[in-house]
Amino acid sequence: MNLTTPLGDEVLKLRAGDRVTLSGIIYTARDEAHLRMMEEGIPFDPAGAAVYHCGPVVKDGRIVVAGPTTSARMDALTGFLLDRGVRALIGKGGMGAEVVEQLRGRGVYLALTGGCAALAASRMQVRGVFFEDLGMAEAVWVIEADRLPLIVGIDAHGGDIFEDIRQKAKAQFREQFKNTPGYIP
Amino acid sequence: MMKNPADPLLLDAVASATCRALKQAEIVLPPDVLAALERAHAEERQPAARSELKNILENVALARKLQVPICQDTGVPVIYLTVPPDLPIAPELYGAVREGVRRATAIVPLRPNVVDPIARTNTGDNTGEGMPAVHITPGDRLTVTALPKGAGSENVSRIGMLLPSRPEDIKRFVVETMLLAGGKPCPPVVLGVGIGGTFDQAAALAKEALLLPIDRMDAYEEDLCSAVNSLGIGPMGLGGDTTALAVRVRKAGCHTASLPVAVNVQCWACRRATVPVEVER
Repeated sequence: MNLTTPLGDEVLKLRAGDRVTLSGIIYTARDEAHLRMMEEGIPFDPAGAAVYHCGPVVKDGRIVVAGPTTSARMDALTGFLLDRGVRALIGKGGMGAEVVEQLRGRGVYLALTGGCAALAASRMQVRGVFFEDLGMAEAVWVIEADRLPLIVGIDAHGGDIFEDIRQKAKAQFREQFKNTPGYIP
Repeated sequence: MMKNPADPLLLDAVASATCRALKQAEIVLPPDVLAALERAHAEERQPAARSELKNILENVALARKLQVPICQDTGVPVIYLTVPPDLPIAPELYGAVREGVRRATAIVPLRPNVVDPIARTNTGDNTGEGMPAVHITPGDRLTVTALPKGAGSENVSRIGMLLPSRPEDIKRFVVETMLLAGGKPCPPVVLGVGIGGTFDQAAALAKEALLLPIDRMDAYEEDLCSAVNSLGIGPMGLGGDTTALAVRVRKAGCHTASLPVAVNVQCWACRRATVPVEVER
């Protein structure tokens, strides 16, 4: 499926594991930007918005590279965005159980291949910036995306590929080391 | 005759080599790492994992073509110098490496990642107190090796002081590190494992293990690597056959009552480059 921002109820149809593309305006935000938005408000219209966990390298108003950062750092900082109407989170590595619940009936988590910063940048243009005082990595960049290749990591129905894989890995680990006493995570 | 460590031409050459080593490491993946990724892509059975590996290979080719960094997390600069016997190790040498990091930050460009650890204020040029990390070893000639280290994988690295009576637990500790990490460090990863020495030495060895070529594992390393891969975490934690491209180990003698083990996790972008320092006169 090809998605375009602002997003609506079409995201509710997606299932974990689906491959999609996303086009239109997206907003980068990392740890510091989330904290600032909680304090001062969201500087863009959150209704149907897509928030991209990314700290790009920008030079002379152009994106040099812009791959996803580890989303789990934003686990405890995400609820207010979804409450205000954000429909998609884009990042890498998946998110915690509280975010899976917060996405239920509202939005999706989309995984972009980690480290693919040149590939991602080749499909993005800078359209503006908020909170530039936070520094290049932590500022909120307004980006126009052109068909970003994504995988639905967490859907709006509690489906979570990352958690499925984690559970399988945990079971395999227990089996592999069943005769070795010690801490099992 | 001993060289003058304050020679401006020499210091400029060190800064220039540092800058070039960082630039090359950021933009061009070493051939052994690229070959391992290509093999993982060819052998992967799961479609989602294969498409992730295809994106990675496309990205590596694009970065090289456009001469831009492979990843936006251009890391923190970890620098290894080999210093020949006729060059005294003076503070100026460290200063020259810092200058090279500043140059690379401006021209590659690198993302300014270095902040004060408590105030979190950014220095803007990737230098700071004790940063770049500079490690010096004796060698035949003066070379600069850059290992830019990203945070996603560094953050899931671990050190453990295991029971000395149970060296078989090393394997469990290594596999457990990857189990806890899941998709966070951008697998398929390379694991650098430091075994023995002291608490701090084990961590340094683990990072140095990431400088070793990944296409020649010994039987012990192969065994650790296949144990990690049996977890099935796969590229980006979406499931798949390749979770680790390689596991490399470096050892040191340790106290009879200790068994330090450190696992330094490295994302698929196992970036490293070595540049000889050449002084032009």
